[in-house]
Amino acid sequence: MNEERIPLSALASGEVGVVCQLAGGRGFMSRLATLGFTPGVEANMVQNFGRGPLIVLVRDTRVALGRGEAMKVLVRRVTNDQ
Amino acid sequence: MTNDQIPNPKSQIRNPKSEARTEPGRSVRNQITVALAGQPNVGKSTVFNLLTGLSQHVGNWPGKTIEQKTGTYHYNDTTVQIVDLPGTYSLTANSLEEQIARDYIIKEKPDVVVAIVNAAALERSLYLLAELLELSVPVVLGLNMTDVAEQQRMYIEPHVLEAALCLPVVPMVASKNQGMRELVEAVDRLASDPDSYDPRRPGIREDHQAVLAHLQKIIAEQVPEPYPENWVALKLLEGDREITRIMQERLSPEKWEQVHSILMKHEDAILAVAGARYEWIGRMVRAALVRPTFGQVTLTDRVDRYATHPFWGLLVLVGILGLVFWLTYTVGAPLQELLDTYLVQAGAEWVRSALSGAPVWLVGLLADGVIGGAGMVVTFLPILIIFFATLGLLEDVGYMARAAYVMDRFMHLMGLHGKSFLPLFLGFGCNVPAVMGARVVEGQQARLLTILVAPLVPCTARMAVVAVLAPIFFGRHAALVSWGLIGLSLVMLAIVGIALHELVLGGEHVAFIMELPLYHLPNARTIGLSVWQRSVAFLKKAGSIILIVSVVVWALSVLPGGEIESSYLAGMGRLLTPLGALMGLGWRMMVALLTSFVAKENTIATLGVLYGTGEEGARLADTLSGVLTPAAALAFLAMQMLFIPCVAVVATIRQETGSWKWTAFNIVLLLVLSFSVGIAIYQGAALVGWGV
Repeated sequence: MNEERIPLSALASGEVGVVCQLAGGRGFMSRLATLGFTPGVEANMVQNFGRGPLIVLVRDTRVALGRGEAMKVLVRRVTNDQ
Repeated sequence: MTNDQIPNPKSQIRNPKSEARTEPGRSVRNQITVALAGQPNVGKSTVFNLLTGLSQHVGNWPGKTIEQKTGTYHYNDTTVQIVDLPGTYSLTANSLEEQIARDYIIKEKPDVVVAIVNAAALERSLYLLAELLELSVPVVLGLNMTDVAEQQRMYIEPHVLEAALCLPVVPMVASKNQGMRELVEAVDRLASDPDSYDPRRPGIREDHQAVLAHLQKIIAEQVPEPYPENWVALKLLEGDREITRIMQERLSPEKWEQVHSILMKHEDAILAVAGARYEWIGRMVRAALVRPTFGQVTLTDRVDRYATHPFWGLLVLVGILGLVFWLTYTVGAPLQELLDTYLVQAGAEWVRSALSGAPVWLVGLLADGVIGGAGMVVTFLPILIIFFATLGLLEDVGYMARAAYVMDRFMHLMGLHGKSFLPLFLGFGCNVPAVMGARVVEGQQARLLTILVAPLVPCTARMAVVAVLAPIFFGRHAALVSWGLIGLSLVMLAIVGIALHELVLGGEHVAFIMELPLYHLPNARTIGLSVWQRSVAFLKKAGSIILIVSVVVWALSVLPGGEIESSYLAGMGRLLTPLGALMGLGWRMMVALLTSFVAKENTIATLGVLYGTGEEGARLADTLSGVLTPAAALAFLAMQMLFIPCVAVVATIRQETGSWKWTAFNIVLLLVLSFSVGIAIYQGAALVGWGV
């Protein structure tokens, strides 16, 4: 696994990241943590067109996030060793 | 339908051992209260509908604009009152819904809480259960949508889950009416024997136990009833806004300072607390859940390749909306006309002939005032039903969230949430469903904002007035003027949206975080009930206000002399003459504007009466083009686009906001806006010397 922390919004469609930190206010952290975005969880990028909102799959749930919100979620990219 | 049975015969519940009720040691109960809790998109409203059928009562939570549904069912000799809590992801007060849900559980102490979870997103939807278990109410877990889970190749062993959690777990497929009987039985068992309830509860991570104990020591004996102390300490650590506010008020400044410094040191404690809950959930489901080793490409993924695509998604949306309006015009509008001809006009005729000997005022009151008002309410119904059914269908299959996703970037520009788009769009047909449809918008402020701007969407009735008047004044430029007026309305909607968002509602950034549920087949019963409830709500609450206002306006237009020219209404129009002069409009035009409050189409009828030309044809056109300059006509048309919506919409705004204050605010806002724009157009034209 890569150690570099990147914003969730930097994952391309189909890529997987592991959430390591949420950088936002308490309300923001609370809403995302409740939806399952807690440190250590895998996030699958379902759709990311590079601009506008994106869709990510976390704990069997598809969550749409604004780009601004996705930038505040820091992840480590899971590299495919195949 | 009476309340004493579950309406669907399949779910008739009969306990074979009803004599069990009389066994010694078993308390005889007559009424119990059950709260229904669950996250959004877990099928909670389907469960509620199955349990309560038409015994539902829909209102608002006291003092809130959030819908409250209650209902009853009977099981043996027990009347079970069900309270449907707002769908929330957690019980931390980030939103009003969450606060309402947890305050209800803590303060009203229902006998049993039924927590519905979605088997296809088991861990996430168990999060709410983890929070419920921190409170002391007995919980029954309804494991819903097991069929959807199996389509995703996720298999859950309910008994294993039950053994892990140590509380009743009932597998169900509410959309197919499976498991309801078992759920009702489980509720009954738990309610009769609450002492047997001893579930596993999520613990606190070690690194936070000390902090939590410390917090609890500081706040000891300062926590207001009925909140449990340890729960308050945990909520403080989670950064719960409401609990923080309450404790800041209760604690002495020194104690609050201590609490505050602890909280500052653990600002991201919510991540640890939520993480611990998810770890606990993981342990609880480990043995019960079998999931596929490889990711599945599901129907939802395939549909979403198009439905949420930035380009194809817009096309899909346009296609769906086109279909809705096609349906409205090919089915709704003719039905509306049929109702008008054969019910309203025929009714008025019948009253006139039946009461031919009665005083003129009585005939007028009944035929024009009462039947006119009631008729308008009835003729609204076909279009409302089509719109409500569409909203219900799109919501139920899961498309609503996709439409919001596709439109969010545009709606954000106005400080609105993507979910506001569909209700507002329906406003082009009629503003009433736009205001009622705002219920799909999450968050009190976003919902209120949607309601307040909805009257600025030009509805078909307003456009009908424009369609008659624009050709009179602008000839072959009429189409251009009409499009310009629509554009003006939408620009005003954006400006008002941004201004209200910034100035009145605090300008909070609307974070876009939204679940996209799995697509699933619509449930006719759920949609039917939502159409039924919304239509009834409109008829009952808005209907009575519409009737009263239309009678009052009718009275004002004939009193005291029986002629509109010398009526009180005309007097009011004359009072407005100085204001009208700023726009080049005489008192007759102002009266026409005032009568549009009852129904927008009244503008034309009133002008016909006041200018003595009748409604139709060239005479009105000749007269009007003689009395109004093009600049004044443009000012008038702009004003009637932005003016107070018709009484049906105002009544609906009152009903949906639950507040006369916001309703009055909206009226004043639109009055000021429409007059300002009218004056600006006329004076601007005068300044550049056009059309005066």
